[in-house]
This record gives sequence, structure tokens and C-alpha cells, in this order.
Amino acid sequence: MELNVVDLSRLQFAMTAMYHFLFVPLTIGLSILLATMETVYVMTGREIWKRMVKFWGTLFGINFVLGVATGLTMEFQFGMNWAYFSQYVGDVFGAPLAIEGLMAFFLEATFVGLFFFGWDRLSKRQHLAATWAVAFGTNFSALWILIANGWMQHPVGAEFNPDTMRMEVTSFYEVLFNPVAQAKFVHTVSAGYVTAAMFMIGISAWYMLQGRHLQIAKRSMAIASAFGFASALSVVVLGDESGYEANLNQKMKLATIEAMWHTEPAPAAFNVVAWPDMETRENIFAIEVPYVMGLIATRSLDTEIPGINELVDRSKDRIRQGAVAWDALQKIRENPAEASEELRETFRQNAQSLGYAYLLLPYTDNPMAATTEQVDAAAWATVPNVWPMFYAFRIMVACGFFFILLTAVFFYYSSAGRLETLMEKRRWILHVAVWSIPLPWIACEMGWFVAEYGRQP
Amino acid sequence: MVLYELIDYSTLKVIWWLLLGILLIGFAVTDGFDMGVGTLLPFIAETDIERRVVINTIGATWEGNQVWFILGGGAIFAAWPPLYAISFSGFYLAMFVVLAAMILRPVAFKYRSKRPDPNWRSAWDWALFTGSFVPALVFGVAVGNVLLGVPFRLDNELRMTYDGSFFGLFSPFTLLCGLLSVTMLVMHGAVWLVMRATGEIAARARKAGTFAALGGILLFGVGGYLVATGHVEGFRITSEVDPNMQANPLAKQAVVEGGAWMRNYTAYPVLWLAPIMGFLGMLGTLVLLQTRFEMSIFAFSKMAVFGIIATVGVSMFPFILPSSVQPEASLTVWDASSTHRTLFNMLVAVVIFLPIILVYTAWVYKVLWGKIDEETIERDNHTAY
Repeated sequence: MELNVVDLSRLQFAMTAMYHFLFVPLTIGLSILLATMETVYVMTGREIWKRMVKFWGTLFGINFVLGVATGLTMEFQFGMNWAYFSQYVGDVFGAPLAIEGLMAFFLEATFVGLFFFGWDRLSKRQHLAATWAVAFGTNFSALWILIANGWMQHPVGAEFNPDTMRMEVTSFYEVLFNPVAQAKFVHTVSAGYVTAAMFMIGISAWYMLQGRHLQIAKRSMAIASAFGFASALSVVVLGDESGYEANLNQKMKLATIEAMWHTEPAPAAFNVVAWPDMETRENIFAIEVPYVMGLIATRSLDTEIPGINELVDRSKDRIRQGAVAWDALQKIRENPAEASEELRETFRQNAQSLGYAYLLLPYTDNPMAATTEQVDAAAWATVPNVWPMFYAFRIMVACGFFFILLTAVFFYYSSAGRLETLMEKRRWILHVAVWSIPLPWIACEMGWFVAEYGRQP
Repeated sequence: MVLYELIDYSTLKVIWWLLLGILLIGFAVTDGFDMGVGTLLPFIAETDIERRVVINTIGATWEGNQVWFILGGGAIFAAWPPLYAISFSGFYLAMFVVLAAMILRPVAFKYRSKRPDPNWRSAWDWALFTGSFVPALVFGVAVGNVLLGVPFRLDNELRMTYDGSFFGLFSPFTLLCGLLSVTMLVMHGAVWLVMRATGEIAARARKAGTFAALGGILLFGVGGYLVATGHVEGFRITSEVDPNMQANPLAKQAVVEGGAWMRNYTAYPVLWLAPIMGFLGMLGTLVLLQTRFEMSIFAFSKMAVFGIIATVGVSMFPFILPSSVQPEASLTVWDASSTHRTLFNMLVAVVIFLPIILVYTAWVYKVLWGKIDEETIERDNHTAY
């Protein structure tokens, strides 16, 4: 297999981002759980809760540091590897990253030292405030990063300036309140909560199987299962919100997740299992549940969802339009100072499709003179590989429903005070919890895969 | 009228140039002593408990300090996108080395004392040394290269190409800058240890700090001489530049010229304060290290860091990243920033959050303040690094 620069770049971003995200969700969720446990300690004054905070705090610390270390790569690689991209988007994309540093990362990183070393130097309440500062910092951090990512998914509030060759902010407000960013934030943060809860449940189950640290394990189980159950429910509900946003803004992503080649009469069916074939552009077989897809994506019974083939046809028009913009841009760049107002107007009219013209460049040097075959090829380049999209999404969703079930079971046993029963008679449930520890990570990574791979090219 | 037009575009550009300087100085003053202490670690502390004392003088606060660096990166990305793009991709391998070193450091803090095995601990001590010394050196070398001009070109679509190589970064002058950076931070770190450690370690730190300050004065002097006499050439804009222009680095003309980095001092003699503060800071540190003072030395070593970095900034203004092969593509304060709107919005964020950051950072330092000695480590054996 030969990899070109584009493949390698995608691969690098995939690896660094997924590596970083091994540590992030646990940090997000565990920080809140730590702060909650410490709140219980301050309110009840019982030492056991303080021991719990310190116990889970150690694991948090190691994980936090690795998150920081891998996050450094995330920040630097934009400038190091994708310099032109940085110059192109810096005016919009850099701001949320910088504000993340100012508002969130400074907060968490400064107080995390106090969290570990401040136990004997602060009053109970002061230390609790420090812990909450870490938790807020971590969650704000996710907010700003997802605003940046949300803008890459759905670039609002900005336009391209041919004089500076970059995207420039037209409305900071729109960038901040980008609906895609909001949907992603709540979905991602609650996924982090589920991850931390499942982690805590799994490790507590392990201690219960071993009969060690029982006091810590049982209490942790109680708090994690309640927190996890609520979060697992919300992660699914909020994920549904993301699906709705995808239909509004990223129709191709939705169509490939669904392996939906043709536009179907509304409301569309949901493919539970399918064998999509990229060559023939058909599903070899599919098991369908009628109506479900239409309901999820459009929340109505009579709105159509466009299939892949139709979206490709739409792309063809935009490629043609983009070529006009591309051509005008070349002429403006020859001498920006003297470009005629007419030329600039042509560019402005077609600028929203400019990116589509660049899809043609692998096939021809002059997009204006592209043949029908070349436009076809470029239009099909807008379709991500359907197979991985389809299954990554289903793995994530399956995990999500499983988390609801598992956290509900543990929530029942711990709130009914029947954890003893589990330890004596139903040890297999505890085993399941231990073996489930990796699942939230798989679900998170699959989720990011769908989000990013589905956004290609 | 739109809100962001309250402040002139050109004024905002200068404000952001100052803010960038503040961030760099903030990084060098706070994370600087962490790097200095890390560099000194294997030499100043022999036994395991001594090393733990040294590490724990910075153990609780290094994470917050490192954020200055991360924030610096983010702020450059947001306020000077072309600078971010060209410097990070141009200095690719150097950045890679810094990145690897800076990833090593956080991990080393957390892992070092988790196992009692002396080989394990010694390996992580060297990781801490590397994670401190290498960035200190590379940052200095990078600044040296910026003063000389960096071999990058911009095409008509502002796509950048870079003609240099990793080894091309090392010349006598850039190495001198690298060593100046190391001596400056080692001095700063040594002063930190004088304040936070006791007994033998503090005494050794006084000695190390003395040598570093002497070296720093010498290197700063030689570097200044080379620039002032035109051995190291500077850059000068030769065409009209409208400070309110849209960002387009290709819209001006510039030349390489001996002594050009001295022009600002002739025009505004008050700028001599910057190099004077650099020298006075190091001199004051040198003298006070021989006395029993502790806290006041730190004021002088902070002044030295401030003065040295400010000297580089004011010498080059308005240049921020000159190009040695295509001088007219050099990035300056006027033609490489973000838009008026973004600079204004970001300034609002800074005005709100920077004071808050300074207040809580000061509070955290105050809470965690105190001498660290072998007894404190043994008492907190479990939580200490």
C-alpha cells in the first residue's frame, strides 16, 4: 500500500488525536467524581471519603499528566505539520485554543498542584474549592477545544479573504454558539463522565472480587453507578442531538453512517446490519428497521434524507461553482491591488464552493476546463469509505446502550444495599464490570473516528 | 460603530506584540526556574533524598508554569497565524526535540519516585535533566536564528517553503544565544533553590548560580558586541508601510543590513533600559549570591530574565520573524497578525482572565511556600514526588 502525504497526514492526526483521547475522557469525568466525593467528605466529615479522594486522585494524577503530555503534541502539530492550514484558519481557530489556555488550562494545571500538595496547608473548604477548580478547568477546557473542533466540522461566522489568503472571523458570536460545537460538547463531556464511571465501577468490582479495600470499593460503586447511569442516559440522548445536527450540516456523514446509497421516501429506514460495497455502490444485504432513521435525523415523518448518490450529484454542481471561484482567485492573486471589482464580485458569489475546486486538483491543473469524468471522480472523492463509518458508529451505539444497562444494574444493587448479594451469589456480574473497563474507551475512539473520518476530505 | 473599532488596528497590533512579550517573559520567569532546577538536578544533589528535595521545590507548581508555554503557543496561533505556521514548521526538527523533551518532563515528575529501584530513579533524573536542559538550549538557539533571519520563502498564495536544515540552525552566534539561555535559566533556577532548599543544597546552588551569572554576563556582552558592531546583521524595512494594513507579508520591501538591529536604540534611547536591566539583573544576582540574602536575589534574577528577553524584542521591532533568503517576506508586527476583530476579541479575553490567573497563581504559591528539606520529604513520603 502506498501512502501519499495526505494519507500520512490523516494517519498522523488520527494517531495523535486518538492517543490523546485515551486520557482525556477519564480526566474529564474523574475530576467531577473527585470533587463530588470531596464534597461529601466536607459535608459529612467522614475520613473514609477523604481516603477515597486520595485513592482515586492518584490515578487521576497519572492520567492527567499523560493527557497534558499528549496534548502538547496536539497543539504543536498544527504549526509543525500543517503550517498552511494554520495560516489559513489561525484567525478563527487559534482564538478558542488560546482562550482554552487562558480560561481553563491555567486553572486546572495551577490547582492540580494544590490538590495533591495542599491537604495539610488548606482548610477543608479551601481544598474543596481547589478540587472544584480542577474539575471546572478540565470541563471548560473540553468546551473550548470542541468549539475549535466544531468550527472545523461546521465553519460558521467566518469568510475567506482573497487578500490575506485565509479564513477571517465575521462573527465571533457565531463561532462560540455554533450548534455543532454545542452538541459535541455535551455529548463528549457526558461520554467522559461515563468513561470515568465505568472505570470506577470496574476497579471497585475488581476489589470486591478480591475482597480488598471493601469500604472504598462499595462507596465508590454507589457514587459511580448513580453518576454513570445518569451520564449514560444523557450521552445517548445528546448523541441523538448530534445526529440531528449532522443531518442539518453534514449530510454526507449521516448518509455514510447509514450506508444509505439512495434517497429513500420519508421516513427512512435504519440499517441495523449491512454489507456496503464501495465498488458497486450498493449494500449487498441489509437488515432494516423501518421509519427509525427518518425519526432520528429529521424528527419528522415527511422529511427526506438524501442518499449518497444524490449528495454526490449535489457535489458536482458545487465543484463547477468552486472552479469559477478558483479561477477568479488566481486572477485576483496575480495583482491583488488592481483586481477589478467585477472579478472580486465573481469570487464572492462563488466563494462558498471554493474548497470543492481543490478536489479537482489531483485530476487536472485547471479546474475550469475539467471534463465530466474529472468532475465525477472529484465528486466521489467527497464520500468517505462507508464500511468503517457504518460499523464504527454501530459499535459506539451498542456500547452506549450496554453502559445504560450495566450502570442501571449496579445502581439498583447499590441503592438497594444489596452489593453483598453480588459478592456472594452473582459474582459474574462483577466479572462483567471488570471486563467492561476498556469499552468506554472503545466507544469514545469510535465516536471520534466517525466524527473526523466522516468529515473527510 | 462596531465594538472592536474602539481600538485602532495598529494599536492592537502593538498591544499584541507586547502581550506576546509578556507571555514569553512569563514563561521564562516561571517555567524558567523549573528548567534551571531540572538542569542542575544531577549535579547539585547526590543522594536520593537530596534529589527528592530538589525536585519537590518545583514539584507542586511546575504544571501551572508549563501552561505559560502552552498559552504562548495558543496565543501565537491566534494572534500571529503566519508566525505560528512558519516558525513551528520551519524549526521542525528543533521543535520536535523540544516537544519530546517537554513530554518527558511531566512523565518524569510523576513516575520517578513511584518505585524505589535506584536505576529507575536515576534514569528518570536524567529524563528530568534532558527535559529541562534541551528546551532551554533550543529556545536560545531559536532566538539566535530569529535574530539572524530564517531561510523561508512565501509564494503568491502565501504558501511557505523552508530552505534550512536542522544542523543549519547551529552557528557560533546561535550557539552563543543557546548558551546564554541556559546560563540565564540555570542562574534563575539556582536562585530558586537558594530560597526553597536548605543546608548543603542551598550552598551548592549559590556556587552554581555564581558561575551561571558570570557566564551570562559574558555571553550577553559578547552577543551585544556582535550585534552592535554589525558582525551580526539586522533587517530594515525600505518601503512605506501602513500600520493599519491587512495582513499580507508580501506587500513591503526590506533589506539585510549591518547594525540595523541598533536603529531603534538611536531613535528611542529609553530602550537602552532593556539591556541595562539584563546586565544589572545578572550583576545584582552575582553580588547578592555572596551574601545571606535570599528573597531579594530572586527579584534581580527575574529582572535579568526580563531585560534579556526584552532586549531581543525591542532590537527587532517591528520585525518578528525576518527571512534571510527573501527579506521582503519577513513577518513584522504590521503585516502578520490576525484580523482587527480577532485581536480585539482576544484582548478582551486576556483583560478578563490574565489578572485572575495572576491572582490565583500568586495565592497558590503563597499556600505552597516554605522551605523543603529532608524532613519534609520524609514526613510527606507518600504524596511527595
